[in-house]
Amino acid sequence: MSSEIKFGRAINQALRECMAADDAVIVIGEDIAGAGGSFGVTRGLLNEFGEHRVRDTPISEAAIVGAAVGAAMCGLRPVVEIMFMDFVTLAMDALVNQAAKMRFMFGGRASAPLVLRTPHGGGLSAGPQHSQCLEAWFAHVPGLKTVCPSTPADAYHLMKAAVADPDPVIFIENKSLYGASGPAPQAENAVAIGEAKTLRAGTDLTILAYGAVCRDALKAAEMLASEGVSAEVIDLRSLQPWDKDAVLASVARTHRLVVVHEAVRDFGPAAEICAHVAEFGFFDLDAPPERVAAPFMPPPFAPDLERVFRPNAEAIIEAARRSVS
Amino acid sequence: MSDKKADAVEEPNTGQQKVEAEAVERRTSKSELLKYYEDMLLIRRFEEKAGQLYGMGLIAGFCHLYIGQEAVVVGMQGAIEEGDQVITGYRDHGHMLACGMDPKGVMAELTGRKDGYSKGKGGSMHMFSRDKQFFGGHGIVGAQVPIGAGLAFANRYKENDRVSLTYFGDGAANQGQVYEAFNMAELWALPVVFIIENNQYAMGTSVKRASSEVHLHKRGASFAIPGEEVDGMDVLAVRDAGRRAVYDARRGEGPTILEMKTYRYRGHSMSDPAKYRTREEVQGVREKSDPIEHAKRMLLAADWASEDELKELDKSVKAVCQEAAQFSQDSPEPDPEELYTDVLAEA
Repeated sequence: MSSEIKFGRAINQALRECMAADDAVIVIGEDIAGAGGSFGVTRGLLNEFGEHRVRDTPISEAAIVGAAVGAAMCGLRPVVEIMFMDFVTLAMDALVNQAAKMRFMFGGRASAPLVLRTPHGGGLSAGPQHSQCLEAWFAHVPGLKTVCPSTPADAYHLMKAAVADPDPVIFIENKSLYGASGPAPQAENAVAIGEAKTLRAGTDLTILAYGAVCRDALKAAEMLASEGVSAEVIDLRSLQPWDKDAVLASVARTHRLVVVHEAVRDFGPAAEICAHVAEFGFFDLDAPPERVAAPFMPPPFAPDLERVFRPNAEAIIEAARRSVS
Repeated sequence: MSDKKADAVEEPNTGQQKVEAEAVERRTSKSELLKYYEDMLLIRRFEEKAGQLYGMGLIAGFCHLYIGQEAVVVGMQGAIEEGDQVITGYRDHGHMLACGMDPKGVMAELTGRKDGYSKGKGGSMHMFSRDKQFFGGHGIVGAQVPIGAGLAFANRYKENDRVSLTYFGDGAANQGQVYEAFNMAELWALPVVFIIENNQYAMGTSVKRASSEVHLHKRGASFAIPGEEVDGMDVLAVRDAGRRAVYDARRGEGPTILEMKTYRYRGHSMSDPAKYRTREEVQGVREKSDPIEHAKRMLLAADWASEDELKELDKSVKAVCQEAAQFSQDSPEPDPEELYTDVLAEA
C-alpha cells in the first residue's frame, strides 16, 4: 500500500468511508455519479453505493442545495458538489437564508447538517466565471462553517469531520491541489474543524495561509531561510471558525505577520485576520501586518495574465522582506 | 376604481352555492365537519387576536394573517395522515395551528417571548415542530419549495411512505427556484404535493399584473406535473383534491400542483393598508365565499349543530385564543444570554 495519496483521492476515500459507515450519507450534484465529478472526486462511488445514494442532478444549483437542506432537516447527511465555486451564487439563498438560519431561527429545534463541496481558485485558465475564491462570503455568515484544506491528509480528515458535523459546512477544494500528492491520512491524526496547523516552525515572522497557497508559503519560507530569515508557516485549514489562539500565539513569538490567500485582497479573509491581530495582538507586532492576495479584480483568462493575478512565493517573499526590514 | 376591479382575478364563489343536507351528508360526516369548522374557527379567532395584539404594540415586526384562507390548510390537513409533513412560507400561523401546534407557544413567539416555539428568535415567520411535522415558517418567497422537495426526497430515500405538503403563494409561483424544484420532484417522482395558495395578490400586486399565465395550476405542464384548480374556500373541495394528490404522491406517482383559489381579507402584513383593491371587493368575497360561514351553513343544513351550539363552540375557541394571548404576555422576555445560543450546535 502506497503511503502517498492524491488530494482528490483522499476526499474520495473519506466520502467512501462515511457512506459505508452511515446510510444517511448521500452524495448529490451535477455529473457526480456516472462521470465521477468534473474533477473526478466522486469517481467510483456510484458503483459502490448505487444511484440511490450517488445521484446526478439537473443543472439546478438553487434546488440542489435547497433540497439538500430539506433532506438534512429530515436526518440525511447530504454531501453536495457545486462544480465550481462561482456557481454557489445560484445557491446562496439556500445556504445563507436557509441552511445557516435553521438552528437559530427555530430556537434550536432544527438543523441542516449538509456538506457543500466546491472547488475554487485559478490556474486552469478557466476565466472570470470559473476561477473565483469566494470563501469570505461564507465566513461572514453566522451558522455556516467553512474549511479549506491544503494537504490530502487534512482533506480526508476535514471531510470526515464535516460529514459528522451537526451544522452546515462549506468544504472548499483548491483546483490546483487535485493532482498533488501527500502522505496518506493516518486514522489517529483526526483533524477538528477550527484547528490550524504549524507547517514549519520559525522565529522571525509568521506566514499564515490556507488552501493551495500554503505550498507557496512553504516555498517562500525555504527561500527566506537561505536569506537568514526564519519564517513560521501556519496553515489555517478552517476559516470559520478560525484558530485565533494559534495565530495570536505565533505572532506573540515572531512579532510579524504575513497573511496569504488566493481570494482577492479587498475585504478578503486576510482583512479580518489582520484586524483581529491588530485588536488583540497589537503590542506583539513589530511591523504592520502584510497581506498577499490576488488583486481586486476578476480572474483573467490568458495564462500569462493569470500567472500575474495569482499570488506566488515571490510575492510572499517580498512581503516578508518588507515586514522584517 | 375601474382599473382596480380589472386587477382582481376571478372571485372564488363558494358561499352562494346552495347547501343541501343530502349533499353535505354525502360528502362528510358530522364529527369530521365539526372538526373542520372548529379548526378553521380557531385559526380565524387566533389571527383576530394576533391582529389585536399587534395593534396594541405587543407584537413587533411583521405579522401576516391567514384570515380568509382557513379552508385551504384545514382541508389539506384532512387529506393527510399522521407523520406527513407540512412546510410553508411566512403566512404560517394557520398551518401551525392546523398541524396541532400549541396556540400558546405560537402566540408567545409572536410576542417574542421565552416560551415561544423559537424562544423569540424566529418570530411570526419562523417556527418549527418536529413533533407535529411542521418544517417552518420560511421568509424568503419560494425558498420553502426546494426544501419541501428535499423533505420528500428524504422520505423517498427512507421509504417511509410519508408525503410532504409544500405550500406557497401566487407570488412565489413566479420564483425561479420553484421550477427547479418542480423538475426535480417530477423527475424523481418525489412524494410531494405543491399547494399554491392563490389569494390573488402577491403583496400588493394582483396575479394578473404579475403573471403571464394566471392559471397557476398549469405551471407544472412543461414538467409533466398534473395540476388542478380547487375552490380554496370550500374545505371539503380542498380535502377531496388533497386526498387525490396525496394518494398519488404516496404511491410513487410524483407531485401534483393544487391551485387553491382563495382570498385574504387582511393586508399582506399588518402594515399594509391594502389600497390596491377596493373595500367592496373584500366585502364581496366575505359575504359570498367565506369558508367558515360556508361550513356553518353545511352544519346547519345537515342539522349537525344548532346556532346555539355553534355559538358555544365559538366561545370555547375564543377562550383558547384569549388564554394564548394571556400566556404570550405573561411569558418572560428571552434572557439576553439567549442571543448567543443556537447559532451552531453547542460543543
